[in-house]
Amino acid sequence: MTTIQKKPRIGQVNPIAHLSTEDLEAMAVELDAIRQSVIDSRGESDARYIRRVIKTQRSLELGSRVVLLASIFPPAWVLGTAGLSAAKILENMEIGHNILHGQWDWMRDPKIHSTTWEWDSATPAAQWKYAHNELHHNFTNVIGKDNDLGYGIMRVDEDQPWAPMHLGQPLWNFVNALFFEYGIAAYDVELRGAMLHKTTKDPKFQREFKAVLGKIRRQVTKDYVVHPAASLVTGSFLTTIAANFTANTVRNLWSHSVIMCGHFPEGVQTFEKRSIDGETKPEWYVRQMLGSANISGSKLMHIMTGNLSHQIEHHLFPDLPSNRYGEIAPKIKDLFERYGLEYCERPLPQQVYSAWHKVLRLSLPNGWLDQTTPRNLPGQLKRLFQMTTGGPKVRRALQARMTQENRRLAKAA
Amino acid sequence: MSASVDTSRGWRAHALRLAEAATHPLVPADFLDLFAPLRTGAELRGRIESIHPETADAATLVIRPGADWAGHVPGQYVRIGIDVDGVRNWRAYSLTHGPRADGRISITVKAVPDGKVSNHIVRDSRPGTLVHLEQAAGEFVLPTPVAGEKTKLLFVTAGSGITPVIGMLRNLFPVTDSGVVRMARSAGYDITVVHVAPSHPDSIFSHDLEALDAAGCIRLVARYDDEHGILDLADLETLVPDLDERTTFGCGPGGLLDALAAHHSERGLPLYVEQFRVTALVAGEGGTVAFDKTGALVACDGARPILEQAEDAGVLMPSGCRMGICYQCVLPMREGVVRDLRTGELTTAVPGETPSGGVLIQTCINAAAGPCHLDH
Repeated sequence: MTTIQKKPRIGQVNPIAHLSTEDLEAMAVELDAIRQSVIDSRGESDARYIRRVIKTQRSLELGSRVVLLASIFPPAWVLGTAGLSAAKILENMEIGHNILHGQWDWMRDPKIHSTTWEWDSATPAAQWKYAHNELHHNFTNVIGKDNDLGYGIMRVDEDQPWAPMHLGQPLWNFVNALFFEYGIAAYDVELRGAMLHKTTKDPKFQREFKAVLGKIRRQVTKDYVVHPAASLVTGSFLTTIAANFTANTVRNLWSHSVIMCGHFPEGVQTFEKRSIDGETKPEWYVRQMLGSANISGSKLMHIMTGNLSHQIEHHLFPDLPSNRYGEIAPKIKDLFERYGLEYCERPLPQQVYSAWHKVLRLSLPNGWLDQTTPRNLPGQLKRLFQMTTGGPKVRRALQARMTQENRRLAKAA
Repeated sequence: MSASVDTSRGWRAHALRLAEAATHPLVPADFLDLFAPLRTGAELRGRIESIHPETADAATLVIRPGADWAGHVPGQYVRIGIDVDGVRNWRAYSLTHGPRADGRISITVKAVPDGKVSNHIVRDSRPGTLVHLEQAAGEFVLPTPVAGEKTKLLFVTAGSGITPVIGMLRNLFPVTDSGVVRMARSAGYDITVVHVAPSHPDSIFSHDLEALDAAGCIRLVARYDDEHGILDLADLETLVPDLDERTTFGCGPGGLLDALAAHHSERGLPLYVEQFRVTALVAGEGGTVAFDKTGALVACDGARPILEQAEDAGVLMPSGCRMGICYQCVLPMREGVVRDLRTGELTTAVPGETPSGGVLIQTCINAAAGPCHLDH
């Protein structure tokens, strides 16, 4: 992948080159109309939906925690852990994420409102809303602007020069998946930047960092002190700790997978920083359309992903109620077809594989994985070793040779 | 004694803190609400128990209030938050009963033309629905009678303005199967009611009023527009010969109350009034936006968002994406009307009707459509 602006230079097609300004404007009019149709029909059944999801989540969490009071018995452990994992996923995805987007603000219910909601995640709602709603949703897939692209720790695009440290990125990505909520909290407070630029004494950073620590302390107290202590009655202290840790890890792995599927699979486009100077609303729309990917699947899958399986629809209209994305998806898909754009949608396993494959591919120098076969493996490994141990000059020279070879291979094919 | 109280309080505080630690980021109430939304200590709510039609377009709701309901004095009103098409709306309605033995409260609602909430309550509300409540409030209550003296009152009511008065009258003279009962507490009052309505069938509580009149509890002067023509207040002295001896309580639309106030002040007569509906907001183009905390006043046009114009005027505003997606710029509007520049949709805030904290609006995509007060 390379930013769409640079594609023609390397012989690839810019996927929006065939669309004129008028085409984009006409498309934006259609998109506005789709948005309006949902707003006009928002009502009691939608309100009932979110309240039912909240009620289900709370009942499931309460029930699971009660069962875990006797988690020393294996069936209780399995049942309680499964229920708690599902409850934690629902709480973060379909409920927390979407409420914090303001999707339910129109109900004017002060208890279900983006300005009052707090969620079971290490990053405080207020900080996440800034990093996610304002930065990520605005600068979706703009290299250097959108932190969600690789969370600032990964190489996400061929245009970013390869460096030896990128070899570790499949491992970082896995560690990030295991402790995802802490990873999000860290990059919401821009921990890495603050450490690099030595601004950790900055009052704003201090305040935000303290808020994160406060949240983590309360989460840890709940999951690893209060509930295990309550389970002491049945001698289930340690098993309840294990159950809570498992549920938190399951949620981390699940949300990391879903979120990787949103912007990482092959076929999703990235954009140059300069390209968004003076960007119009129609251009913004098309960037959201090409910068996101959907997961196809059952109704349960959509709910458990917080309807982020409809990532394209969500990125076009971040504040529409999540239960309505599925309904507009066919219209959006049809619009993609009519305007000759690729609607990136695959089942979960394919999207996860595709995203991980990209993480792996980009952890290696451009083209390395493509031209490596079992037969040339020793030679390729030697080249990789040279690139890893050599200086920038060696890397540039070997990269240039590899790019040339690849081009020749492509021509021959 | 005091020590033991302190200890129990200390224990309770510890238990609460522990419960909160177990439910973070929610609070224990969020779980208790699943089972007992009307319990002691819960946010004040009520459950609609039954709905009784009064006329073609009015109905009485009997509501079981939550355990913390503190009771009311007849004549007071209650603010009710009810979801219409999924959107929470707050309205004030008079309680149309004295305190009841069964602890229930009742309100009587007349569907007004284009009234979103009143039409919903009269036509679409269902028993079992939870509504949100605030404690009863209002100064529009009966004066305490002086011992050995008759307290002479005149009620001038129009349309649904009868509702607080019917609450007072029912408390004094309950109607039972065997007829009207005169409670001992009613002995000190001499009451005349001048009630105005478009027609007899349209008049809520006309049967109650007529029964009280027939039993000699009150003197009713009913004026129906279709029979008697529109009431001219100059005729009030003819309709109520002892007008000068009476203290007047008026309840009805603004026009009537304004006229009544002019009429009474001219004659130097005492008057207490109750009015629910404030003058309707008319949406126009642009308006002055007042930032109540900072004290800034910004004259905004109707074409550009409030955010932009306030910033141009030097007001420090919260902001984010500036395109209506990130919700960083949301501010509470206490009063006023704004127009969504993307859709043309109007959002209004009316004190007393919309939440007391204000209606939250996105300043980056809303333009003023009239004078507005923002809590910022």
